[in-house]
Amino acid sequence: MDYFRAVYVARELSPRALRLTTEALLRNPGNYTIWHFRRLVIDALDSDLVEETLFVDNLAEANSKNYQIWHHKRWLAEKLGPEAANDDHDFTRFILCHDAKNYHAWSHRQWVLQKLGGWDKELDFCHQLLEEDIFNNSAWNQRFFVITRSPLLGGLSAMWDSEVDYTIKAILQNPSNESPWRYLQGLYKGNPDSLITDERIPQLLLNILKENSYCVFAWNFLLDVLCKGLRPNKEIEEAVKGFTELDDAGSSDQDLPTRICSALERMDPIRVNYWAWRKSNLTL
Amino acid sequence: MGELAVEKHAQYILSVEKRKDDFESLVMEHLRLNGAYWGLTTLDIMHKLGSVNPDEVVTWILSCQDKESGGFGGNVGHDPHVLYTLSAVQVLALLDRLDAVDVDKVSDYVAGLQKEDGSFAGDIWGEIDTRFSYVAICCLSLLHRLNKINVEKAVDYIVSCKNLDGGFGSIPGGESHAGQIFCCVGALAITGSLHHIDRDLLGWWLCERQCKDGGLNGRPEKLTDVCYSWWVLSSLIMIDRVHWIDKNKLSKFILNCQDLEKGGISDRPDNAVDVFHTYFGVAGLSLMEYPGLKPIDPAYALPVDVVNRIFFQK
Repeated sequence: MDYFRAVYVARELSPRALRLTTEALLRNPGNYTIWHFRRLVIDALDSDLVEETLFVDNLAEANSKNYQIWHHKRWLAEKLGPEAANDDHDFTRFILCHDAKNYHAWSHRQWVLQKLGGWDKELDFCHQLLEEDIFNNSAWNQRFFVITRSPLLGGLSAMWDSEVDYTIKAILQNPSNESPWRYLQGLYKGNPDSLITDERIPQLLLNILKENSYCVFAWNFLLDVLCKGLRPNKEIEEAVKGFTELDDAGSSDQDLPTRICSALERMDPIRVNYWAWRKSNLTL
Repeated sequence: MGELAVEKHAQYILSVEKRKDDFESLVMEHLRLNGAYWGLTTLDIMHKLGSVNPDEVVTWILSCQDKESGGFGGNVGHDPHVLYTLSAVQVLALLDRLDAVDVDKVSDYVAGLQKEDGSFAGDIWGEIDTRFSYVAICCLSLLHRLNKINVEKAVDYIVSCKNLDGGFGSIPGGESHAGQIFCCVGALAITGSLHHIDRDLLGWWLCERQCKDGGLNGRPEKLTDVCYSWWVLSSLIMIDRVHWIDKNKLSKFILNCQDLEKGGISDRPDNAVDVFHTYFGVAGLSLMEYPGLKPIDPAYALPVDVVNRIFFQK
């Protein structure tokens, strides 16, 4: 560190200085001042940026949650330009294979996509990750990112219908999975009327509640659509009444949303205050 | 329920402050100023700030300042960065020594990091992240110099990072993450812009972070971690929805993360402690009004009496 300090203070931008930063960074890759100085040296020496990418990728493998390393990668990518996009995506794909929710890797990947391109295989990549782990919230987020921002797809309106089907399939696969429920809610945000007219919704909810009567997310979603104006069909009415009558008396006079809120207070006691608030806020 | 081992934690923090040559200290050397903020704020919340010599601390902090730019580095001899500049200002505020700096010089440094689109870079190298939006806004507000930036654009940029689930990411389109949410909500709170938030939607997302063990995670399907006791809790308080989590269970979780022998708090039970998690655990308990602790401001992340002194005394 003393040798580094000496060249740093002297502002010596030489091959020796580069080597010293290499040694120092291998010992302490979090030291952001050394990274800054290294960039000055690289610029001054006009160093080989591909070699530099190999160096930083090596460090990133061992320190995948280090902000300085990812920022250095971004600095390099910007210099290397669009031709480097695919190699960069290969690298983040590699990191995400080992840690599929690495926030730094995802941020970096999004930045490279927007700045340098490489969108063509991105939706497939999201799908692959979701096949490996349908609970991966980062992959769900990336999916929405691709659908709404990729210049190669038609945008959300073009893909909306198939996205609803995709999400419903994921929910049925595992109804206790928070991410696709939020994704579904997000899809209908721009389309609130279809939330209460789309037959897929009550169908989905009934399918789940028949097999998983304690699925909090399903009850919550049903509560939401009822509050937004869904007219419950007979099956839904029966499902709610059948489930809620199992518990305390006095529930038989209450409307469906109120019954559901009471049931949720019992099913999800850690959030009992939230469900009590929902009950007090019913506007039907 | 166990109790908060205040004495042990105070001793732990003071011992970390003294250690400069062991492996952990060397590896963390470049962010010592953050460590000072975490350690000293924790001591103050526990009414133990008296164990520290304020003049020594102030002298050391000033030696971390880059004379040319006015910004602060993470330690002596380090390049300036907005993260350490905020920590410096926060610690000086704690010690009631903001008079020790040239306020305009420091705030010019921070304001100079704002970009055309309203976002903030961390330093001259240009990394953009909503963390830096919060850090810059918090810092300038404490120095009464918010007028040096374009607040409207800063708010616009933060709002552009809002996601469909009501949360916020580090950049537009970035996944909602409790840490980033704290930064965005804090920045919006400080600039009087909380009307941009759907409090019910975000409040629900945040209260869904509470898991069966009582602890909080940062994103769906991730592990609980004591630091989220701060990021999630302070966000919930700022949007007035903190009653949506089970505070009792969360308190128990935090207390279970203490090392009752050596002091300090870890990310989850039985793991190694560090100053970062010690601060967030104690701060989280303070937010839940744990007896014997000073109240802490959820937006400025400083004791309320310090914030009152800055804004309400002349």
